[in-house]
Amino acid sequence: MPLKRMHFQFCLQTSYKAAIKVSAALKQGHITPTELCQKCLSIIKKTKFLNAYITVSEEVALKQAEESEKRYKKGHSLGDLDGIPIAVKDNFSTSGIETTCASNMLRGYVPPYNATVVQKLLDQGALLMGKTNLDEFAMGSGSTDGVFGPVKNPWSYSKQYREKRKQKSHCENEDSNWLITGGSSGGSAAAVSAFTCFAALGSDTGGSTRNPAAHCGLVGLKPSYGLVSRHGLIPLVNSMDVPGILTRCVDDAAIVLGVLAGHDPKDSTTIQDPVKPFVLPSLTDVSKLCIGIPKEYLTPELSSEVRSLWSKAANLFESEGAKVIEVSLPHTSYSIVCYHVLCTSEVASNMARFDGLEYGHRCDIDVSTEAMYAATRREGFNDVVRGRILSGNFFLLKENYENYFVKAQKVRRLIANDFVTVFNSGVDVLLTPTTLSEAVPYTEFIKEDNRTRSAQDDIFTQAANMAGLPAVSVPMALSNQGLPIGLQFIGRAFCDQELLTIAKWFEKQVQFPVIQLQELMDDCSSVFENEKLASVSLKQ
Amino acid sequence: MAAPMLRLCCPGRRWALACIDGCSRHRRGAPNGCTSSRRRGQSSVAQQPFITAQKPRKGEHEWAAVVGLEIHAQISSKSKLFSGSQVHFAAPPNSLVSFFDASLPGTLPVLNRRCVEAAVMTGLALNCRINKKSLFDRKHYFYADLPAGYQITQQRLPIAVNGSLVYSFCAGKNRSQVINKTARVKQIQLEQDSGKSLHDDLRSQTLIDLNRADYEIQRQINELENGGEILNETRSFDSKLGCTIPMRDKEGKQDYRFMPEPNLPPLLLYDTESLPAGADPQQVIDIDRIREQLPELPSVTREKLVQQYGMLPEHSFTLLNEVGLLEFFQNVMKETRAEPKKVTSWVLNTLLGFLKQQNLAVSESPVTPSALAELLNLLDRKAISSSAAKQVFEELWRNEGKTPAQIVSEKKLELMQDQEALEQLCHAVMEGHPQVVMDVKKGNPRAINKLIGLVRKATLSRADPTVIKEILEKKLAS
Repeated sequence: MPLKRMHFQFCLQTSYKAAIKVSAALKQGHITPTELCQKCLSIIKKTKFLNAYITVSEEVALKQAEESEKRYKKGHSLGDLDGIPIAVKDNFSTSGIETTCASNMLRGYVPPYNATVVQKLLDQGALLMGKTNLDEFAMGSGSTDGVFGPVKNPWSYSKQYREKRKQKSHCENEDSNWLITGGSSGGSAAAVSAFTCFAALGSDTGGSTRNPAAHCGLVGLKPSYGLVSRHGLIPLVNSMDVPGILTRCVDDAAIVLGVLAGHDPKDSTTIQDPVKPFVLPSLTDVSKLCIGIPKEYLTPELSSEVRSLWSKAANLFESEGAKVIEVSLPHTSYSIVCYHVLCTSEVASNMARFDGLEYGHRCDIDVSTEAMYAATRREGFNDVVRGRILSGNFFLLKENYENYFVKAQKVRRLIANDFVTVFNSGVDVLLTPTTLSEAVPYTEFIKEDNRTRSAQDDIFTQAANMAGLPAVSVPMALSNQGLPIGLQFIGRAFCDQELLTIAKWFEKQVQFPVIQLQELMDDCSSVFENEKLASVSLKQ
Repeated sequence: MAAPMLRLCCPGRRWALACIDGCSRHRRGAPNGCTSSRRRGQSSVAQQPFITAQKPRKGEHEWAAVVGLEIHAQISSKSKLFSGSQVHFAAPPNSLVSFFDASLPGTLPVLNRRCVEAAVMTGLALNCRINKKSLFDRKHYFYADLPAGYQITQQRLPIAVNGSLVYSFCAGKNRSQVINKTARVKQIQLEQDSGKSLHDDLRSQTLIDLNRADYEIQRQINELENGGEILNETRSFDSKLGCTIPMRDKEGKQDYRFMPEPNLPPLLLYDTESLPAGADPQQVIDIDRIREQLPELPSVTREKLVQQYGMLPEHSFTLLNEVGLLEFFQNVMKETRAEPKKVTSWVLNTLLGFLKQQNLAVSESPVTPSALAELLNLLDRKAISSSAAKQVFEELWRNEGKTPAQIVSEKKLELMQDQEALEQLCHAVMEGHPQVVMDVKKGNPRAINKLIGLVRKATLSRADPTVIKEILEKKLAS
């Protein structure tokens, strides 16, 4: 029925913003998985310039859509994610699909197995649209340092941003000043933000999911360490990595978390207890909540806009009856340095396996094994990776180990204890900024090197990785430039559900606007006249 | 791998000289720095008094060699140490076993329960203290057989420490003197095998050639007596040169950059006292349970053999040191009335001799315990002579499917049972050799042997010489 189709195309951006809603539509037969898949594939093609995807798995996705369709016809859908397009960051192992980590070292590497989280999504019938772009081996905060080039923030092309720019400056080349997505899961963020899929997997080691979420106006969830399996996630820092979830709304993040969480016998760092999928309650009364505002997070580098929104958020909670108090995380200032030592040390270790022998890139030199290793690794890794390996090896040397690595471990314990103390004092959740400012133009971002940027941009996010705590970035409002700004909630260990419940309440309060990318969606422009009709007919 | 260290022994006083480096080449080194001292005669072990030694003159002191062994033992289990297998499925091992071993990116180690149990058992058998908490570390080096670029081991806190092994060896003129010694077991650690097999898989033996240690010990003595010092390094034995040579790493000293293995939480073991209530038995290991399941230890078995069978201690060693031999022996004992001493002799001398000659394992013996038992029974009731028995054994070894009884029958090896016939033969021989008879009667003790020999010949060796002797003596007396 043609009318319904047209409604669907437009509503991908409004009523179908959420997976939870499109799932209902799939069940009711308003749309089919194949249609949904084809639509997303078409958007991927249209948004190719964003460089969000490294690999688009078109055939795979269409085949999965076909299977999903069969299930829906029989009334046997697998669940809320059946037939839902998703994307996966290219540092997750996907069977039969190239997995590169945006590095020359793994170009052409096709894994023979799926990461556990990928398998879980596929088992639920999700459609794998493709593998998304990132900083090489997830090292970076801009998604600018991968071998396939940088990712562009869809908001660069949004009506909201462009209108503000037209007001301020004239005659500027529209595209040369495109904005970064943040990183390192920028490809996944751009993919979700531009409607190419409904949810995407990222990874989060120091903020790599939350940072791009904030810059792209998305919900970016970092689950508690140990809640979600890391088997198949090519590691950066084993003791801090978690799979991250990027969605357009909190309910969707909860659905995905419910599917992914739980013990995995293949990952010895996952908790033993099984986790049941959950539905988030709609919180109405926040008067029993205690929100903590860590004073050390009020840094001079914080932009005035973010600071003001942070303050506004705190007032919001207070005005609705919650207790909002200032708390202290005294070891915050040591966090970045400590993170740097531990991160580079683990990186040096984790990268040792890339020697060109078993898989991936191998150089042409075959004079000796050592020569081959050296050349392969020089050719295969970019400067950022090599820099971290060298640093890490330095810290792990016998004569340095005690003074650097062990010391950093001790400081890490202190940082984790800071959080324990705060949560033990009655605080339910911490409210902090996610980023220092809104997304910056690429040309500005690259003025500083990767290490400097990472140190700056991770400042609010990496403590949660050090402590293994769950944290979520929720988009709050647009900046004066029309760009998204998100705030972060940090919760108690394994209280991810509670964390998301509070995030959902906040999301409802702030009503963050939908990105307007109409100019990209050519064939939808004619439908705008039918706007009212569309929203009425697709209400559940 | 043997690492000799030399201690200078002064009667009445012990003091350290040169670099008595207690660190094995795999250890990080004591925090106070266990480095090789460059200045002559300085002790570099912090715990010992700082003594400046005089240069030892040749032959002035006795040297005591202290040899350390690092033994790599492969655990017999269906899957490897860190490639997890689904214990509750009877299906073939998890296909991800090989992905981890190939170090595919994203794979994680999963501790194999059976391996932990084996390590605990070994620790208990060697009188170690089992650490209820032990840790895993990464040891980094680049090598073709180490795909991950590191090996997972237990460097900081291994699973078992401070054990001992009492061992005996046979010394003395006839190797009949059994001497007991105790070797200290410093630690037992679980470690990922880098792929090299150090085992003679056929006989599951670890062969260590300590003869080569002698060369090294002598080298160290010479070095110290000439005022040099011993460096902490790895050396290999060059059989052509007949000495050890350094294996110099191109970059100098090898630094393994040990780091805790972040993917494996601390290994916690429990005993019945500390076992948490309601714990899933699949997820916990109870040391006491494992202790109960320990098989009888060799020293106990050997003692039992000595007590039960009156066996010589050195024989009990041989029986236990050959895989499958004890079982063979016990199976023979079950089916035979022959004396234990006889069985022991046949097993240790005849059977083992034949096996060694053809380089066979006990499990490959063409002669089964039942066959040997039957043979010994025949011997025991004097159906055949011992020389006949040897012949039968040789036939059995040819493994043509015949039983001892069949062989005896075919080759007509039975001892004459007919007393009367034998007496007649004796009589005939005596009649035929009156001179010899005369000699016997004259009192020549060896003459009777000649008669016995003649009778034996007449019987085609099918008469028991003892019986022949009895009959002859009776006849001669009359």
